[in-house]
Amino acid sequence: MGAATDLGWWGVLIAVVGGAIRVSTPYLFVSLGETLTEKSGRVNLGLEGTLVMGAMSGYGISYVTGSPWLGVLVAGLTGTLLGLLHAAVCNLPRVNDIAVGIALFLFGTGLAFYLGKPLIEPVAPRLPHLPLGAWSDYPQIRVALEINALFIIGLILAPVLRWGLRNTKWGIMLRTVGDSSDAAKALGYSVNFVRIMGTMAGGFLAGVGGSFLSLYYPGSWNEALSSGQGLMAVTLVIFARWNPVYCFYTSLLFGGATALGPALQSVGITANYYLYGAAPYVLTLGLLISSSSTRHRLVGAPSELTISK
Amino acid sequence: MTKHFGPLVALDNVSIRFEPGSLHAILGENGAGKSTLVKCMMGYYRPDAGDIFVSGEKHAINNPRHAHQLGLGMVYQHFTLVPSMTVAENLILGEAQLPPIIPWEAERERIEEFQRTMPFKLDLDRPVASLAAGEKQKLEILKQLFLGRRVLILDEPTTVLTPAEADQILGLMRGMAGNQQLTVILITHKLREVLDFAGDVTVLRAGRRVGGGAAKDLASEELVRMMIGAGKIARAATRVETPTNAAYLDLRDLTVENDNGLMAVRGVSLQVRAGEIVGVAGVSGNGQRELVEALAGQRQPASGEMFVRGAVYSPRRGEMRQRKVFLLPEEPLRNACVGVMSVAENLAFRNFDEPRNTRYRWLISRRAIRGQALDLIDRYGIKAQGAEARLETLSGGNVQRTVLARELCEEVSVLVAQNPCSGLDFAAVAEIRSQLMDARNRGAAVLLISEDLDELLELADRIVVMFEGKFVYETPRDQADVQTIGRYMASPT
Repeated sequence: MGAATDLGWWGVLIAVVGGAIRVSTPYLFVSLGETLTEKSGRVNLGLEGTLVMGAMSGYGISYVTGSPWLGVLVAGLTGTLLGLLHAAVCNLPRVNDIAVGIALFLFGTGLAFYLGKPLIEPVAPRLPHLPLGAWSDYPQIRVALEINALFIIGLILAPVLRWGLRNTKWGIMLRTVGDSSDAAKALGYSVNFVRIMGTMAGGFLAGVGGSFLSLYYPGSWNEALSSGQGLMAVTLVIFARWNPVYCFYTSLLFGGATALGPALQSVGITANYYLYGAAPYVLTLGLLISSSSTRHRLVGAPSELTISK
Repeated sequence: MTKHFGPLVALDNVSIRFEPGSLHAILGENGAGKSTLVKCMMGYYRPDAGDIFVSGEKHAINNPRHAHQLGLGMVYQHFTLVPSMTVAENLILGEAQLPPIIPWEAERERIEEFQRTMPFKLDLDRPVASLAAGEKQKLEILKQLFLGRRVLILDEPTTVLTPAEADQILGLMRGMAGNQQLTVILITHKLREVLDFAGDVTVLRAGRRVGGGAAKDLASEELVRMMIGAGKIARAATRVETPTNAAYLDLRDLTVENDNGLMAVRGVSLQVRAGEIVGVAGVSGNGQRELVEALAGQRQPASGEMFVRGAVYSPRRGEMRQRKVFLLPEEPLRNACVGVMSVAENLAFRNFDEPRNTRYRWLISRRAIRGQALDLIDRYGIKAQGAEARLETLSGGNVQRTVLARELCEEVSVLVAQNPCSGLDFAAVAEIRSQLMDARNRGAAVLLISEDLDELLELADRIVVMFEGKFVYETPRDQADVQTIGRYMASPT
């Protein structure tokens, strides 16, 4: 074991932090995307399907062209199309966004498994990472600080989105539509158009999040690639109070919870491995219960959301 | 201009000319077509026939944005502010050409500059959700003026204001119209506003223009006759002397939180005696809704106690029935009925499980329920297409009559009514008020929460004023003074 035993429990902590950084990226992108969509007043539960479609298409394009970044872009565009589909169906009268979301979740995953069958065997070029831990002698720290460029993009994107929601025309329009469609109509905004844009942007980010799964970590395409990150990211948005910067923190928290099992395993604690694997799901439940109330409305929830009404 | 909604003619060949620099009132009852008319002007609806001319030019106004470009602006009855945004954000929202990135410093300077020319000011950084109703109304008007509208349509602007605030805002509008800054169109059903502030008036009834002219040439009796037509009005409620009885409803230090976890009702205590109507006055949003919801069992009080006829009262269905507590909440279709269920079913909500309405104890007898409904429909004059008609197909007045029939058909100890006449026409209003008075005369304790001061002055034996969740003033009926009550409604200090 060498260095690992020297580090002892510090090793667990470093592994959890490293795992948090590695695992959090898809959570971060999906939750940022869902924040944009929900700010427009709609919930898109189909982002799990978008995530898996993004993973599949990104992997395929990376394999065919040899460029993982092109794969990321195509994954985003695939997500945009799925977002457009969700928004277009929801724009029809008397259509419920939750039901459409569930349908698109099943559609997206099913389609990805069907189209992705030939991609299980081949190996596509993966996204590069920055070795920010090269200064250290400990291999654990070096591994933990191998940081992917997408994570850094997400890190920058979160405050940029928060700034944009407050200071740009698009941000103000999006919030108006999500908070009071009456006000938006009185101002002459097209509510449906703004929601299409919000849902498409959300789909783009979720697609990019999916490409991270297949192109970096775990870094291959198979049907068990996503373990519900797309759905949990929707919960995460509620916990982050629809604030992009909080999305970043909560993504790290969820990432850390997911990394708990493997981290304990690395110091030799293998008992209850699957129990630790359930940590993110238990965390989801716990957070939902603790942040909800029978008496009060959620602070910061866009009031046009079906769940706020 | 003509507008049909299905078979209903909402507007029938109405022509109106608004002179520049005038304050022109459109007077009419609910359902007279006032809102339809202005919504056509603002581009929400497209008229089936007729044209709109702005400054002599004909325009087909297709959407609100188009109306805004022509300088038409509207202040709605239900506010169209974005509650989670600040005053400043709401002010710049309507600008036709928002820059991609908002130069906040320059914008704020412009707003400050503009506010200096206005008779009232608002703190730019407060979120709109924290503003009082009067301040929101001011912000709506400020927004329209900031955006440079030339014609301002005010849709029932004073419903949420205290009398003093209403006078201030309408006076301001008249002043701005007087020095040619603005043309103001005031939609209202309140005669007083027309007589005190309007230059011209047009009266609508059932979608037709039935009269109008310069306001100073028209007497109030004449205007009323135009508004209500030849219809007759139910007898005025007569008040009979009741002895000073024991308290039937007793609230002690009741505290209730609102949806956001803030204190909406702050430790109120109140007693209502049998045979007494206690009126709660106040501008909406001062805790009235939460108070009624606590009494109705829709909301759990944070602390405090409620007593009915001396014993602790916790609002559950069985207990309400046993203690004879009845409710007439505001917006009955939302709070007291199920719109997609039939009139008969709605009438049976309180007693469908009583032996006389069941068979073999567990099955509901539809025949008994229909029989009860037909009887009540007859007794309370509910206009419906039979007992099996879905409740949402009834007019507002008939929905309210249905709830009234359900809540008053048995012996009543305590009756809680909130804005029972809002949105109803003259005839229904008179009838419902006399029903409330009858319930009092029969010995019920009535708690009447209303935004309509005239209603309270007519019905209540005692009036308390609710402000920011507290009762700040109390007066018996014979000493009640509108000016004093209005002052306490605006601010108790």
